[in-house]
Amino acid sequence: MEHGNYKAINKSVRKKDSMQLLTGKPVYVDDITPKDALVVKLLRSPHANAMIKEIKTVNALKVPGVVGIYTWEDVPNQRFTNAGQTYPEMSPYDRLILDRHVRCVGDVVAIIAAETEKAALKAMRLIKVTYDVLEAVLDFRTAKDNAVLVHPEDNWIAPVEVGGSNKRNLVASEESSHGDVDAVMADCDIVLDRTYHTKAFNQAMMETFRTYTELDRYGRLHVISSTQIVFHCRRILSRALGIPKSMIRVEKPRIGGGFGAKQTAISEMYPAFVTMKTGRPAKLIFTRKESQIAGSPRHEMEIRVKLGADKTGKIRALDLYTLSNSGAYGEHGPTTVGLSGHKSIPLYTGSLEAHRFNYDVVYTNTMAAGAYRGYGATQGTFALETTVNELAEMLGMDPTEIRDKNMVREGMFMPAYYEETANACALDRCLSHCKEMFDWDAKYPVRDMGNGKVRTAGVAMTMQGSCISFVDVGSATIKVTEDGTYNLIIGAADMGTGCDTILAQMVAECMDCSVDDVAVFGADTDASPYDSGSYASSTTYITGKAVEKACTELKKKLCQIAAGMMNCSEEEVVFENGQVRKINTDQTISMEEIGVKAQVFNTVPAEATATHTSPVSPPPYMVGMVEIELDKLTGQVTVLDCMAVVDCGIAINPALARIQAEGGLVQGIGHTLWENITFNDAGAVAENSLMQYRIPTRLDMGRLKVEFENSYEPTGPFGAKSIGEIVINTPAPALAHAIYRATGVWHRELPITPEKIAMSRPE
Amino acid sequence: MLNIQKYVRAQSLEEAYLLNQKRSNRIVGGMIWMKMNNGSVNTAIDLSDLGLDKIEETENEFSIGAMVTLRALELHEGLNTYTDHAVENAVKDIIGVQFRNMATIGGSIWGRFGFSDVLTVFLSMDTYVELYKGGILPLEQFASMKFDNDILVRIIVKKTPGTFLYNAMRAQRTDFPVITCALSEVDGKYRAVIGARPGRAVVVHDTANILSAGITEESADAFCEHVTQNIRTGSNIRGSAEYRKHLIKVLTKRNLMKMGGIQ
Amino acid sequence: MEVKVKLNGKLITEDVAADLLLIDFVRAHGCYSVKRGCETANCGLCTVFMDGTPILSCSMLTVRADGHEIQTLEGLQEEAASFIGFIADQGADQCGFCNPGFVMNTIALLRENPDPTDDEIRVFLAGNLCRCTGYEGQLRGIRSYLDSRKG
Repeated sequence: MEHGNYKAINKSVRKKDSMQLLTGKPVYVDDITPKDALVVKLLRSPHANAMIKEIKTVNALKVPGVVGIYTWEDVPNQRFTNAGQTYPEMSPYDRLILDRHVRCVGDVVAIIAAETEKAALKAMRLIKVTYDVLEAVLDFRTAKDNAVLVHPEDNWIAPVEVGGSNKRNLVASEESSHGDVDAVMADCDIVLDRTYHTKAFNQAMMETFRTYTELDRYGRLHVISSTQIVFHCRRILSRALGIPKSMIRVEKPRIGGGFGAKQTAISEMYPAFVTMKTGRPAKLIFTRKESQIAGSPRHEMEIRVKLGADKTGKIRALDLYTLSNSGAYGEHGPTTVGLSGHKSIPLYTGSLEAHRFNYDVVYTNTMAAGAYRGYGATQGTFALETTVNELAEMLGMDPTEIRDKNMVREGMFMPAYYEETANACALDRCLSHCKEMFDWDAKYPVRDMGNGKVRTAGVAMTMQGSCISFVDVGSATIKVTEDGTYNLIIGAADMGTGCDTILAQMVAECMDCSVDDVAVFGADTDASPYDSGSYASSTTYITGKAVEKACTELKKKLCQIAAGMMNCSEEEVVFENGQVRKINTDQTISMEEIGVKAQVFNTVPAEATATHTSPVSPPPYMVGMVEIELDKLTGQVTVLDCMAVVDCGIAINPALARIQAEGGLVQGIGHTLWENITFNDAGAVAENSLMQYRIPTRLDMGRLKVEFENSYEPTGPFGAKSIGEIVINTPAPALAHAIYRATGVWHRELPITPEKIAMSRPE
Repeated sequence: MLNIQKYVRAQSLEEAYLLNQKRSNRIVGGMIWMKMNNGSVNTAIDLSDLGLDKIEETENEFSIGAMVTLRALELHEGLNTYTDHAVENAVKDIIGVQFRNMATIGGSIWGRFGFSDVLTVFLSMDTYVELYKGGILPLEQFASMKFDNDILVRIIVKKTPGTFLYNAMRAQRTDFPVITCALSEVDGKYRAVIGARPGRAVVVHDTANILSAGITEESADAFCEHVTQNIRTGSNIRGSAEYRKHLIKVLTKRNLMKMGGIQ
Repeated sequence: MEVKVKLNGKLITEDVAADLLLIDFVRAHGCYSVKRGCETANCGLCTVFMDGTPILSCSMLTVRADGHEIQTLEGLQEEAASFIGFIADQGADQCGFCNPGFVMNTIALLRENPDPTDDEIRVFLAGNLCRCTGYEGQLRGIRSYLDSRKG
């Protein structure tokens, strides 16, 4: 299928909230909630693994203004997961709101509620905790079957069998394969066996985790939180607090960035617990330090890639083993790891004869990992794409040619991608387009710039998904107002991505109206139709399709109302040009007239709700290239040009899609060159502020350029797939490649710091 | 969270000095570093009313008040003409304009921070500090002194003819430096200043007269060796002692080559 | 202690604690555009003007602002209005949390240098972090505003 001529789709309209945001209006949690709520502060463990022997709160409770201090003895003893996932969650139930056993530095020991921040902090200093400090497992390579157990407790539950066992420090484990990998590998001319290591990068969204809670006018728990997952959050709180879901309402205002961090209920349970205990409004604003040391960063992974190829560069077999570090809790552990193989191996469907993908996910006594844009695919792509670049360099082949020779193409059946077929795939065009736009042939050669500096380039390609197939559910409600405009109500979460706007563009396209005529509301568990939330790249693809379906249903209802007004049957009218016309006549009824009629002596609802899900998760594809100048003596890498071409089906809003891509690329540059998470001997994170955890500034990313190659995904809205996550995957392998070109050294551990570059020599 | 009980905008240096004799009282500079402390301050002493926010240039010297901001240093024409922009180069990558509008030279020099670009570049010049009670003494001497309860009033830079170069390595452009390297030739005497070792910046003079016959590739290498041997480096999250040694050689050599007009 | 601060043109006389930070003072007075993004003076989200100079309100004592004029984006809506539409056209507002600080410092830039080069824009705004956009869209927005002024 091909894309038609759209009126509202593929148009760069402004985000619906842009003027509110750019003029600094109060739209975030801390701006819109009362100033006099109880201040909630958390006392955190200084130990990586310890049992609390005693907590003395007597003196702390005497501090004027302190309202309550809660410890493990006060909370329900029912384990749950914080992971925002569809029920039954793949992540183990391994948490309590407060646990006697603390399992990482930063684990919460006590909740303090006070009238002022000063009082809360003073009380925190006066709480005396005696710990029985235990030996900790800090190195994830030693975690599996270690004598020290992170979760020895008997009430640990895995709601879904994923191969995990708390008695083995194992969150999940799986083996899968297609074809006889060992036989094909044995028959290959070249076998590369390489091991890669990626770190627990932080999302570092500008707005830290934060939640406000109160009892509403019906006595229900009302939660206003910076979350990507209002419905999952309601379920998590219900289980954690032991109260019915019917007694909880969760809504999100504008969100100051998420990138997956807010797909885990990091902050919600603490003020919620305080409100349930005291009946009073409570607010918890994470400090930046808390966000850095007790957030939900990327899973650290060690990935071993075995690649078998013939002398011509045909990639015949791939064998991946991923070891993933889930940290102290299992949030997103069983699911992120899968993408390291399932979203890297299928890139080479074009030539692959056999593949195998095994993994283990382990517990350690370090900060728990969570969901971060890319969700495992980023780690797997770094490993596999770097190995493919090494193969190309070894064979003296242009790395773009070796990809052209082996890549997945439209129409191919992908055994490594959940046995789906690539219905829409412009990866080949992305490659040739990017090559030309970037001027690859001129930038790829190593050029000596004098004074120890060289210029060269690197390349990588990638894929992601567009939802979690057979799982994600998106819904949309559309209503007509009496002036003929529309209200779109969703449960998906715009976290700056612009989904409110692109979904309104879809309504405008379907209903033949202007985007300004569509007001968007979301997300609120009391008001929104069910949506699993904004993650897994699913909002455009899943919720977008729900919007399209809701429009179709709404049109039927509007025709029904209009037919009544024209005294004819529904079959005699047609919805066109934003109004209803009686077939074969000039007689039309405007939306405004229908809107008014809908409120007078009417039984047909002028609204429709539709729900969508998908048995497939069509991958977007992308090629990224980067040119660097590398100072061989200091090891400094300066990014010059960073370009990419993305196949997201079609960009519903090209300006917003481009910004998504550019933002992802820059995050990827930070992760590759200097962002790092390191733990000291006690298990504490060293990079605990934005002073120590440096995110890229506008002086660090060179010049960005992103363009698109369209394909048509028949199962997506207007042929669209996704864009949100894929864009972070290419910088690491492309930069590692360019750094090899400049220095002759393959760096297989991130970040590739100037020190590593300057201090290592070619093998 | 910082706790401050009282705030006084001193009306004289004597008033500030007397207040500062109490251990729990503290002089406020740009407020940036103090604010990150969790400690308690009884009285915060502000020097803002004492006219110390000016750079005065005479024929022979620059007199820089302790409250002059890093941004003012960056933009000061006279200072940058004299140092051939070494001062601007030293401060321009410190976080951002807003930060540099607040951070003061007094705060930077008094703090003698182990990561200081400011201390490094000023040590490369003929620089003196004026202390309220201690009088005027060379910055090099001050840089190795212990903290006391005196007040840093001004920084004085003699306009002794010289050439100045500044070079620092940062993994990320506006991060703390991994190493800072200044090189100067003042009155025919060469000195290298190395900071972010990660300890306080130190000066290495050309005591062995390695460069006295001029800068050549050979004398540059020899001087770099001399500098490296006289500097103790350490490790932290920004770099190892070994990498810092390596960078000292690389950056000092580059400075020398540039100063010698070889590159 | 008592301070007199002119906030967005309005004189406020108030008794404040010695350690009340300016960010908390202006937010308490309804200037919600001023955001706290870090506690270490690194992110630029809390940028306000003190006597016309952009500073970080997270590192400024309110008592120190006594006798000074403080402006936040709430008080500079008109000046911001001249260029923010160009940022919006690029979709470069994104999550928006860094926008007020970024807009404030852009105003400071344009007052000091009405016709900056791309590199001058990057350098002046380096202390304004953004995790969403990758910065290029913000630059395109400012560039198209500057171009529009040239006709």
